[in-house]
Amino acid sequence: MNENAEKQSFMDRCREAVADFGLPRLIIAGFLLLLFILSPLVGADLPTQISNTINRFSWNAILVLAMVPMVHSGCGLNFGLPLGIISGLLGATLSVELGFTGGLSFFAAIVISTPFAIILGLFYGWLLNKIKGGEMMIATYVGFSSVSFMCMMWLLLPYHSPNMVWGLAGKGLRTTISLEGYYDKVLANFLQINIGNLSIPTGTILFFILIALGIWAFLHTKTGTAMTAVGSNPVFARAAGVNIDKMRMLSVVMSTWLAAVGILVYEQGFGFIQLYMAPFYMALPAVSAILIGGASVNKASIANVIIGTFLFQGIVTMTPTVMNNMIHMDMSEVIRIIVSNGMILYALTRKTERAK
Amino acid sequence: MADKASPLLEIKNIKKEFFGNQVLTDINFTLEEGEVLGFCGENGAGKSTLMKILFGMDVIRETGGYEGEILMNGEKVDFATPFDAINAGIGMVHQEFSLIPGFTATENILLNREPKKTNVISEIFGERLNTLDRKEMDARAVEAIEKMGVSIDRGMVINEMPVGHKQFTEIARELSKEQLKLLILDEPTAVLTEKEAEALLHSVRGMSSRGIAVIFITHRLHEILEVCDKVVVMRDGFVVKEVPAGDTNEAEITRYMVGRNVDTNTDHSNLREEIKKDSLSDSSVIMSVRNLWVDMPGETVRNVNLDVRKGEILGIGGLAGQGKLGIPNGIMGLYEAGGTVVFDGKEIPLNQPRSCLDSAIAFVSEDRRGVGLLLDETLEWNVAFPAMQIQNKFLKYYLGGLIKWRDEEAIRAVTEKYVEELQIKCTGTSQKAKELSGGNQQKVCLAKAFALEPRFLFVSEPTRGIDVGAKALVLDALKKFNRESGVTVVMISSELEELRRTCDRIAIVSGGRIAEILPADTPSETFGTLMVSQVI
Repeated sequence: MNENAEKQSFMDRCREAVADFGLPRLIIAGFLLLLFILSPLVGADLPTQISNTINRFSWNAILVLAMVPMVHSGCGLNFGLPLGIISGLLGATLSVELGFTGGLSFFAAIVISTPFAIILGLFYGWLLNKIKGGEMMIATYVGFSSVSFMCMMWLLLPYHSPNMVWGLAGKGLRTTISLEGYYDKVLANFLQINIGNLSIPTGTILFFILIALGIWAFLHTKTGTAMTAVGSNPVFARAAGVNIDKMRMLSVVMSTWLAAVGILVYEQGFGFIQLYMAPFYMALPAVSAILIGGASVNKASIANVIIGTFLFQGIVTMTPTVMNNMIHMDMSEVIRIIVSNGMILYALTRKTERAK
Repeated sequence: MADKASPLLEIKNIKKEFFGNQVLTDINFTLEEGEVLGFCGENGAGKSTLMKILFGMDVIRETGGYEGEILMNGEKVDFATPFDAINAGIGMVHQEFSLIPGFTATENILLNREPKKTNVISEIFGERLNTLDRKEMDARAVEAIEKMGVSIDRGMVINEMPVGHKQFTEIARELSKEQLKLLILDEPTAVLTEKEAEALLHSVRGMSSRGIAVIFITHRLHEILEVCDKVVVMRDGFVVKEVPAGDTNEAEITRYMVGRNVDTNTDHSNLREEIKKDSLSDSSVIMSVRNLWVDMPGETVRNVNLDVRKGEILGIGGLAGQGKLGIPNGIMGLYEAGGTVVFDGKEIPLNQPRSCLDSAIAFVSEDRRGVGLLLDETLEWNVAFPAMQIQNKFLKYYLGGLIKWRDEEAIRAVTEKYVEELQIKCTGTSQKAKELSGGNQQKVCLAKAFALEPRFLFVSEPTRGIDVGAKALVLDALKKFNRESGVTVVMISSELEELRRTCDRIAIVSGGRIAEILPADTPSETFGTLMVSQVI
């Protein structure tokens, strides 16, 4: 009897632990682990694969972190991420245009993009305050339309730096701009650890930790507490004298700025600035990553960001390589699209489940 | 079925509890064919729960079903869904309309039961493609409307109709069902003009003469006396009186609705000594409200003038929908309001939640889960949050006040203090608020208000939906808070007895106005009469 009861309680505890961590997350983590185990067997180099995963994690983590403030204030997932990305791109191109080079150009880009992020964020926040309840839908279109608008602007804005404009016409920005000589890998190379084929971009990760600590600390202040309460129960917050619209506005500005910094970090890792349609689908992987990390529409933590980014980027990097090696055919792009969109689809269905 | 002696409907020993909270106890009554039964009682007396049981609503089964038996024509029935109830011949007209706005009256009346004609396509593809038989539909609608005895335009689209006609359309829909034997009308006259109400009463009598039994729920007692054969009065989940309508009058029904039994009077005499009558009469007015209107849906305040004296517990009572809840919600800026509110010599601007809070006025909302709590957060957050935001308590300062850091220790300490003081049952201060029971959640709401250390406290429906033990504790805590800290308390409650036990004076709200303010030891009947005095 006793033994039985104990077994029961052990089973219960297991079930609780699983429910706590989330069965889907367990499955994804298990799948990722399987990929890591498979990769040497099918002939892929494991350290390279791990480096890739860590690299992609470091590029994307801040973009995923940008989801957190808006989720906390109840604005939902920031599908309008491209708006922040555009601020970042403006900062990046202007920094190059103004002649900053090397590591300095990275920080110049952050400084220059900040006012853009604040202005666009204020406008975006004002818009979201007008349509409470339908934020995510509107945000998607804000993102899309801003990208389309900037497609025109990239051509029309008077940029002159020969590194960025089209060679023949001498005006209009190119779709892809190399960052060599500017801030290519400035963070990644800082304190980089190299062991054989394994390389860890320490600087980028430290930079992420720094920003994440900032957000964590912010959420522990009076204003941060108010922001979380607004997301948790706006009426409660209002009854406690909190200005809901102001809090939401602040969260949107923070999200937009984080997205701007996020894309700059991405670029320094990737080595290129990508303009025009590139920001178009940037929001979806970030949204899926945080959802897979266990966040819901109105609750997200830094841990969700870290776990989610790692799992999502891990699967997206590993699956194509392992599959390619298994079937000896270059299908990486096809597989990447299937996997990443499948993950998005899965994450979004999970979102509604959580919202209930 | 063949047994002629058995009544149409017999309710036997019905019991129902919600989460350990007994809301119906031993309900018994019978209803004959063609009989009109008036059902009255204060809000929370259990009327609607009983009707939900009768109509087989999902919520009953989801919360653990009920005890007792329902017999129709002598046969035991147990409705799993409203459809079963409809098939058994029960129709119900709810307070909220369930009509399709863009459809005509006829279409609404016969929705999903339309007579159909076959055509070529439906011959091939099945009956789902039958066309509607418009002529037959019209005929049936006319028949139903005639049965009701009121004329409405069957071709009119619902959203163009006056409210009264919508109500009649609903009733006609029920009447068009051939198997209908029992019709439940839940406050059907609440939205009607006097003339329309008159017509409705007339039609109820018409239905009864056709052999349809009617259960008529209303707050307007004269209607019950006018139209019903029998009156059932409920209070606190008991049927306190079942009497032929001819043998009673409004005053008597009121007395049954609100009054306790005679023997509890002795209980009151003890309390009377506690009432601060003399000391209050000359104490200063701390809050004075003039010409207050509040646009709170369902609880409209029309014109309230009220003076609250320093240090008293003022009760505000009245029937639901008369505006008693609108008063604190309006003053605290949660719903749009107008008029003047002067607190401690200074006028408080309305429609700004912050202005009240800054003047040290706190509010415990009646909507615990909606307004009162952060359900997904810990008790610590719930208790400390308003004090932190409004008064900068529980904060640590860094960098010369630039960074205001949450002081978790202070928050835990204050939460623990109130958990102990109010005997909040929880696993710890970091438990989520949604995991607590209703009574304990209410205590958290109080703790939240106490942590603000207010000078003036509005408490709205502090005991709604909580069990007896918690009730006493909550009321005692309020009383203690008032007597020991000298905080003026305004308590709004639907339960008159609770007000009489706790308060010094009681204001009765009726029709969005203050009917009168009386000392708490005034007999219940007087309050009861005031409650219905200006009902709109």
